[in-house]
Amino acid sequence: MSDATQTEPTADEPEGDAPPGAAVSFQLDQRHKWYRRPDIVVPVVLVFLGLTMLAVADTPSARFRSEFAPPGDVRFDWAYFFHLVPQMLQGLFVTARATVLGFLIAASLGLVLALLRRSESRWLSFPAVAVIEFIRSTPILVQMFFAQVLVRATPAISLNALVILFIVVGIHYATYASEAYRAGINSVPQGQWEAATALNLDPLTKWTRIIIPQAVPNVLPTLGNYLVAAFKDVPIGDAVLSTGGVLFMANTIRSSDFRAVEPYLLIGVGFLLVSLPAAWLVRRLEERISYERD
Amino acid sequence: MEDWLLTPSQYGSLMGGARATLQLLAQAFVLGVVLSLIVGVGRLSERRWVRGISFAFVEFARGISSIILLFILVIAIPILLQDVFPWVRGQPVIVMASIALGINMGGYGAEIIRGSILAVPKGQTEATIALNLNPTQRLRYVVLPQAMRIILPPMGNLTIEILKGTALVSVAGGFDLMRVTSNLEASMLAGGVIGVTVLYVNVLVIYFVMAQIINGLFRLGERTLDKRFQQREGRAALPITTIHSGGG
Amino acid sequence: MNATDNHKDVSPKGAASVRMRGVDKSFGSLTVLQELDLDVEPGERVVIIGPSGSGKTTILRVTMTLERIDSGTIQIGGQHLYHEQASSGQLKGASEKHIRGVRSNIGMVFQHFNLFPHMSAIENIMLAPVKVHGKSRKEAQQIGMELLDKVGLIEHANHTPGQLSGGQKQRVAIARALATQPSVMLFDEVTSALDPELVGEVLNVLRDIAEEGKTTMMLVTHEMGFAREIADRVLMFDAGRMIEGGPPSELLGNPQHERTRSFLGAVAEH
Repeated sequence: MSDATQTEPTADEPEGDAPPGAAVSFQLDQRHKWYRRPDIVVPVVLVFLGLTMLAVADTPSARFRSEFAPPGDVRFDWAYFFHLVPQMLQGLFVTARATVLGFLIAASLGLVLALLRRSESRWLSFPAVAVIEFIRSTPILVQMFFAQVLVRATPAISLNALVILFIVVGIHYATYASEAYRAGINSVPQGQWEAATALNLDPLTKWTRIIIPQAVPNVLPTLGNYLVAAFKDVPIGDAVLSTGGVLFMANTIRSSDFRAVEPYLLIGVGFLLVSLPAAWLVRRLEERISYERD
Repeated sequence: MEDWLLTPSQYGSLMGGARATLQLLAQAFVLGVVLSLIVGVGRLSERRWVRGISFAFVEFARGISSIILLFILVIAIPILLQDVFPWVRGQPVIVMASIALGINMGGYGAEIIRGSILAVPKGQTEATIALNLNPTQRLRYVVLPQAMRIILPPMGNLTIEILKGTALVSVAGGFDLMRVTSNLEASMLAGGVIGVTVLYVNVLVIYFVMAQIINGLFRLGERTLDKRFQQREGRAALPITTIHSGGG
Repeated sequence: MNATDNHKDVSPKGAASVRMRGVDKSFGSLTVLQELDLDVEPGERVVIIGPSGSGKTTILRVTMTLERIDSGTIQIGGQHLYHEQASSGQLKGASEKHIRGVRSNIGMVFQHFNLFPHMSAIENIMLAPVKVHGKSRKEAQQIGMELLDKVGLIEHANHTPGQLSGGQKQRVAIARALATQPSVMLFDEVTSALDPELVGEVLNVLRDIAEEGKTTMMLVTHEMGFAREIADRVLMFDAGRMIEGGPPSELLGNPQHERTRSFLGAVAEH
């Protein structure tokens, strides 16, 4: 395994000695059994320790019964924890839907912003820069409040909370996406632009057939990262706009059942179970693309 | 123009909120930088378990939504852990919120530090081994000073992200600029929705200005570093002639 | 952190011997050193030649502990580098502390200088004396200035590496290595990265060090003329093995092995 993945170093300039702990060492781990690999063992141990702590906080008598312990009796009630799972999944579904819808806006609006910013007309490029910079450096939470007030102030528009949420998330991440597109466009080699000019292509053909097809693969991993980031920001909408996502679910249960520990820990776990695999997928995509580029 | 302004007393309250926000940011920043350094260096440790724990921390801190982490720390943890760590009980929201934001920053910061350390040429570390510096000295005198130039720009962006994150504490019961804004909004409802819109525009501008100031500070830091790399004669130069005559 | 835990003088200063026995080193499936036995006497100047991939640089790198050996032993001045005597008298793998102790007798100069770009020339030289050997800044400055004078760069003390030419950088790097007063000095193709007209100034410094005779020198180089002039012994390496060795006049003038002849021919044409 390790032999196949290592590059062949020459004797005088060995490459096999990357600093300890570099990406290489995680590759090398693969020849070990799973219980000798820290990247597997440590999370397992941590999860186990966490569960143990919860189990200790729980009192033995509180387990194996049909009714849940009254709040205050136990710090953590396993039965109650698992009882909440269906509601959490419901909330997670709302959160995920808002994320995807928002990100569709971000991905398309971001490209428009990037092109506006590149525009030779200062009447287009300057406002684009100003809007991008302003939205990027102000909190999305304040923007949500602002959007809510704005909708309230305009009688002609009536939007429900979820729509406001994914529009705000979409616009916010469009500014991030535009920077990613810009970097992607700049990464298209100069020769490609010159070749397009030499072939006398019209601007539309140049962009749609030459530049954007080459820029987008470079942009994909960054966009993937922003998708995960947007997913992490969508629960803010639950607190501001009362959209029915995971955090709203936890807040509701806290005020109805007077239990705070289980719902918040549960949504934390549920959230990680989605965001970590997503982040790993993006990283795989990143490696894949940089590999193909080489 | 005046339509877009608030009353002086409203600005007064907003400034109070901005000060609280900056204080929160400062606390989170200090914790975040410390965690970044420890975990970022830990990611490159020769010991597998140190590497593993650091990796787990980074994955957790970057994977979790900051607002969920905030609610867990402000609401769930004080109840859950009060028997094990009595300290967590009755901590002000602002303390737990700083910890939440600091953890968040530490996860991203650690990756910045790790990447920048790896970007320092290998020959530099080899030279420190040949000079027999110990691992801490290697980091402190040779690797980190050179990594600094690579660290600063993304650290600046990260700090602005954390500034944006501070607004979250308002919905978890903490006091900051956004909390003040909500209070003002409640008192203004009689004044109509237009006034509230103006209020939010002003608050957004205040956040924007704070972000630009942070940005400027980091740029200044980069410029100072660049100068130090390029021409050192002006700074801390040794008086050559006297030493020469002494040494011969 | 500080000098306290670091340096203890493990052997009297002055040239030390290097003794390798059965040293193996491979990277993945590639064997770089195979069952290598090598003796270098105190004060001896040994030049190692060979085609690229022959393992010659690796000999220096394992001696400097930049790479760890797979098996075998290396002794510096009679002290094991990678091993310690266990209480039973048997050899066991050495602790980092032991390695650091023995390593303090070794200095190395690199092909690509590896000067610290954020420090001036004098700061580069002072770093190890102050931080590793616990000298005062004043004392270290004194040593550093003397060394800079020796390599002819006293006026450049406050220049950063970015302001120096390649030859000047390498001379500073040599001074930096000398500042720790090593008993064994390793020179890894120190002129290969230089423009031809700058090679001479660096070789002159090496000649001075050789003349002083305070340190054992192991050099990997392609400068055959210089090797002939400076070396007590020249060793020819190929594919991880020493194929012949002897005084420069013999090995360079009348090589016994076909491989050596073809290598020398290729270098001469070059």
